Amino acid sequence: MVSLIVFIPLLTAFFLLALNKNAVELVRRTAFGASLLTFFISLGLFTGFDSETAAFQFVERYAWISEFGIEYYVGVDGISLFLVLLTTFLSPLVILSTWSSVEHRVREYLFFFLILETGMIGTFVAVDVFLFYVFWEVMLIPMYFLIGVWGGERRIYAALKFLLYTMVGSLLMLVAILYLAYLHNTQHGTLTFDLLRLYTLEIPVSAQMWLFAAFALSFAIKVPLFPFHTWLPDAHVEAPTGGSVILAGVLLKMGTYGFLRFALPLFPDAAHAAVPLIMALSVVGIVYGALVALVQPDMKKLVAYSSVSHLGFVMLGLFAFNIQGIEGALYQMLGHGLSTGALFLLVGVIYERRHTRLISEYGGLWKQLPLFASVFLITMLSSIGLPGLNGFVGEFLILLGTFQANTLVGAIAVSGVVLGAVYMLRLYQRVVFGPLTQPENAKLTDLSRRELAIFVPLIALMLLMGLYPKPFLSRMEKSVEATLARIHQTADNKSVESVESIGSVESLGRLSLDPTDPKDPIDLKGAS
Amino acid sequence: MEHPHAAEVAVQTVSYLRYIVLFPLLGVVFNLFLGPRYGRQVVNWVSPGMVFLAFCFAFAAFVQLPDGGALVDSVYPWIYSGTLQVDIALRVDPLSGTMIMVITGVGFLIHVYSVGYMAHDEDVVRYFAYLNLFTTAMLLLVLGDNILLLFVGWEGVGLCSYLLIGFWYTDDEKASAGKKAFIVNRIGDAGFLLGLFLLFWSLGAHGVWTLSFSEIAAHASVLPVTTVTLICLLFFVGAAGKSAQIPLYVWLPDAMAGPTPVSALIHAATMVTAGIYLIARMHFLYSLSHTALAVVAVVGAVTALFAATIALVQTDIKKVLAYSTVSQLGYMFLGLGVGAYAAGVFHVMTHAFFKALLFLGAGSVIHGMSEEQDIRKMGGLKSKMPTTYGTFAVGCLAIAGFPFLSGFFSKDLILEHAFGSPHGSPLLWLIGTLGAGLTAFYMFRLLFVTFWGENRSDPEVARHIHESPQVMTVPLVVLAILSLIGGYFTLPELLSPLYGHEHPHVSLLVKYLPTLLGLGGIGLAYRLYVQDPPFVPGRGGADRLSRQFSGLHQLLLNKYYVDELYEAAIVRPLLAASDWLWKVWDTVVIDGLVNGTAQVIQANGSVLRFWQTGNVQTYALSFCCGAIVILGYYLW
Repeated sequence: MVSLIVFIPLLTAFFLLALNKNAVELVRRTAFGASLLTFFISLGLFTGFDSETAAFQFVERYAWISEFGIEYYVGVDGISLFLVLLTTFLSPLVILSTWSSVEHRVREYLFFFLILETGMIGTFVAVDVFLFYVFWEVMLIPMYFLIGVWGGERRIYAALKFLLYTMVGSLLMLVAILYLAYLHNTQHGTLTFDLLRLYTLEIPVSAQMWLFAAFALSFAIKVPLFPFHTWLPDAHVEAPTGGSVILAGVLLKMGTYGFLRFALPLFPDAAHAAVPLIMALSVVGIVYGALVALVQPDMKKLVAYSSVSHLGFVMLGLFAFNIQGIEGALYQMLGHGLSTGALFLLVGVIYERRHTRLISEYGGLWKQLPLFASVFLITMLSSIGLPGLNGFVGEFLILLGTFQANTLVGAIAVSGVVLGAVYMLRLYQRVVFGPLTQPENAKLTDLSRRELAIFVPLIALMLLMGLYPKPFLSRMEKSVEATLARIHQTADNKSVESVESIGSVESLGRLSLDPTDPKDPIDLKGAS
Repeated sequence: MEHPHAAEVAVQTVSYLRYIVLFPLLGVVFNLFLGPRYGRQVVNWVSPGMVFLAFCFAFAAFVQLPDGGALVDSVYPWIYSGTLQVDIALRVDPLSGTMIMVITGVGFLIHVYSVGYMAHDEDVVRYFAYLNLFTTAMLLLVLGDNILLLFVGWEGVGLCSYLLIGFWYTDDEKASAGKKAFIVNRIGDAGFLLGLFLLFWSLGAHGVWTLSFSEIAAHASVLPVTTVTLICLLFFVGAAGKSAQIPLYVWLPDAMAGPTPVSALIHAATMVTAGIYLIARMHFLYSLSHTALAVVAVVGAVTALFAATIALVQTDIKKVLAYSTVSQLGYMFLGLGVGAYAAGVFHVMTHAFFKALLFLGAGSVIHGMSEEQDIRKMGGLKSKMPTTYGTFAVGCLAIAGFPFLSGFFSKDLILEHAFGSPHGSPLLWLIGTLGAGLTAFYMFRLLFVTFWGENRSDPEVARHIHESPQVMTVPLVVLAILSLIGGYFTLPELLSPLYGHEHPHVSLLVKYLPTLLGLGGIGLAYRLYVQDPPFVPGRGGADRLSRQFSGLHQLLLNKYYVDELYEAAIVRPLLAASDWLWKVWDTVVIDGLVNGTAQVIQANGSVLRFWQTGNVQTYALSFCCGAIVILGYYLW
């Protein structure tokens, strides 16, 4: 099932090339149908998911390049499940939005977009680290073209900046990945990229520092963590609507996902050492992003900087190293994907009508576009974390977790909640409230049926995630606990636990739930 | 005064409390999806009707309430994450029982009144959707069995307040007032959240993982006093934001930009008392900290006097009432702060009656005077709007503490406690008593200037002055009756299972001086605004006084320049700093480094230029080569 979800978009992408490029409607319908199909199949992951285990589920595993121990090894757990769903959920909505937002080279656009979808899903489901890296890089190229070809005026600059920034990071990560496999070869005599086996490596603390730094830089750029964020506003402003939605909705989560999946559990000692630095950068990013968002004249830039602020919250939650912080971070990743994705779609809606993103060009839109204004209202409220909507649950859990980890940082982060309301309410007031002064705006038409079809599922999910988070949180819980247990397996803790190893089943017991292939039973230094 | 806690009392599980919240919510859904189709006539019945149904269920719960016990309705599990386990669960005890009666009762009257008041507004469906949503959120706030659910309602009412203040959104000033209210409240919410976090983890450190009120009450004593004090103060920041106390009161006067029934419901009778409710709900914590109680009492007393002085000179009928509300909320906090929780809540109820009445009366005046709000252009409405006048006068007497009307009982109870309770002091009493005199004065100034004397409006407006329709005057009459007799609802008795019996013994002077000063204030207002013609330059005592003390008059008229101070000290520096961060730090420094690095490489390396083809494939190729080189270095 997982492979089907990964490769339907890719296959469809190449199928599109076989279609007549002038049959735009057919091309669009095919792409939309394929992405919708992918979504419905991925729902099976949700319904069939066993929330009693931290193990990877729906696993598929084949040898790929056996000389180097590289496998095609995919599966989902409580951490990746919802990120996959987020991707498959947003993709058809974005394709639906291209009906009006993309007019030239539609086939090529959708071709790249579907490849991008494969790349994103693959990145989330890869258990083999090399495979992860392959998908990670596969994502970059279509995104580069989406910005560079269908973008705004400075699209080439923005696309290159995006590409180089991310490549600088991923290059170092590749080196680190190779080193890990090499290390496994030295310690256990086999070359493998199987993440679950790499988790069991004994990495000297000094080496951990370098490896963590290599992974962390790559992920931090992607997040983006202050001060590595300056590619984001440019990329967002220049990207076409669909590109922005996916960029904010899914691609930014690659960074935080990477931290949670790789950097933290692989290098727990280094991760602990990095806590003060990352927390400081995150909290600076929260306040900084919010303040800079406050003075943006361009709507897309405002939303882009708000992402810097929101992702700062996610990073704080991850580095709180407790259940609430990490679950909150995961929840906020989904929540931000919905609300910011919706915000970019909304900006797209009025941009297509007026061809400007300057806030000062609008005002008084409620009278003219009541439906648009209502959708915008709910989205804005979700973004500022109003209880009853998705944003609150994530933000609350993150802040609760952070407060325990570091009271001062938690307190400063709470101020980000206030500032978040300031810039969003200011934006909303200047666009939607007030008198309708610009005569061009008096001619605007409200949301079409197709546009409504995009926003209704988004809003329904925002409400569901706000009112009834249990089905989401319960599926995350076991995997988060297992990851936490790994993060707490630092050099100090291990020596303690090896002394009490017989008694301390609690943390190790959770680890033993992990699926490891039968031929290589769990090899926890502390336990064996 | 300490009393056995709720954990020991009879708790009965029921499953109908949810309907109290659900009916108004159903109203919201109806208005959103079917309202536009069925139109004004149907919405006019459905929206108040839903609140009336909620009232019926609230009444049933109130009647069924076991003696000194509580009703609980667990609806479904909400947020479960590790040790945090929060349910959607509702609870009715004497405190929340009183609150839901007030919210649904007064709320229903105001919904009915709105039918008349908004009769000429084209957006009535949206209005009732918001008003129903507000009722839902407010009920959730008081019914929530745990702090987080209370917070949901807390944010919900804040949202509705934002939407309703800015209801006439095409006016930028009104939209800004809504935004200001939301943001100032968010500052308070930050305090609320921090208090919640501190409470959760502090109790957790003792193995108690809960946010539910009854369990916190049962275990609060394990916490060290300094922690309790800090928690209480943080929650008080939230309360001060929601209930408009110094220094966070600045949003409430601006909130008068909303439709007047909204001012009555949200910004007088219900939402702004949420802060008082919060502290009354968490009294078991506050009772453990003398410091926290003292802060609450002092802030309350000072706000009561401070806002009353501003109200003395305002000329907008709603602004006078707004500052009066800030002041009256101060009295409620004073009551809480001296440990007289029941007295504070008692005043919440009586204030809901007479202040809703006064606001609705003001709305009736504004409605009859073609949207005029300046009292200098009113006068002589007594004969033209007799019902409005009569009921408004009752409201004025009640708030002024005229003997045997509702305000007399509750305010005097607060002041007696301020003097006689172990947490009280003569100074707090004195501040409150002075404020009582000022209250009577500014309220009767308002009454006399608006309804007595000659009419001062434009002839065009004067010709159209009319009494409001019955759909508006009947709620006025009902509220007037409640304001008359509300003091005889023995609320302190009802609340005694929570707060114990409080009977301070004070001397007759202490007991009756506030009333005497109140009567004096009425007399002074009569002297200055009835015997002398008001607002005629060069004539009359009021005008002479304002010229004699022109500095003071200007200071009060400009509300102590607090808004200007905030603007200069907070808003503008924040915007300037943000602008600098963006234009200098982000664009010049960080991006400069990024672009600079690229340029340096480009300028220095003629060899490197070979790769600078601008062709992505070449980049990708070189990238792979580099990777292989490094890989090789590590592997072999």
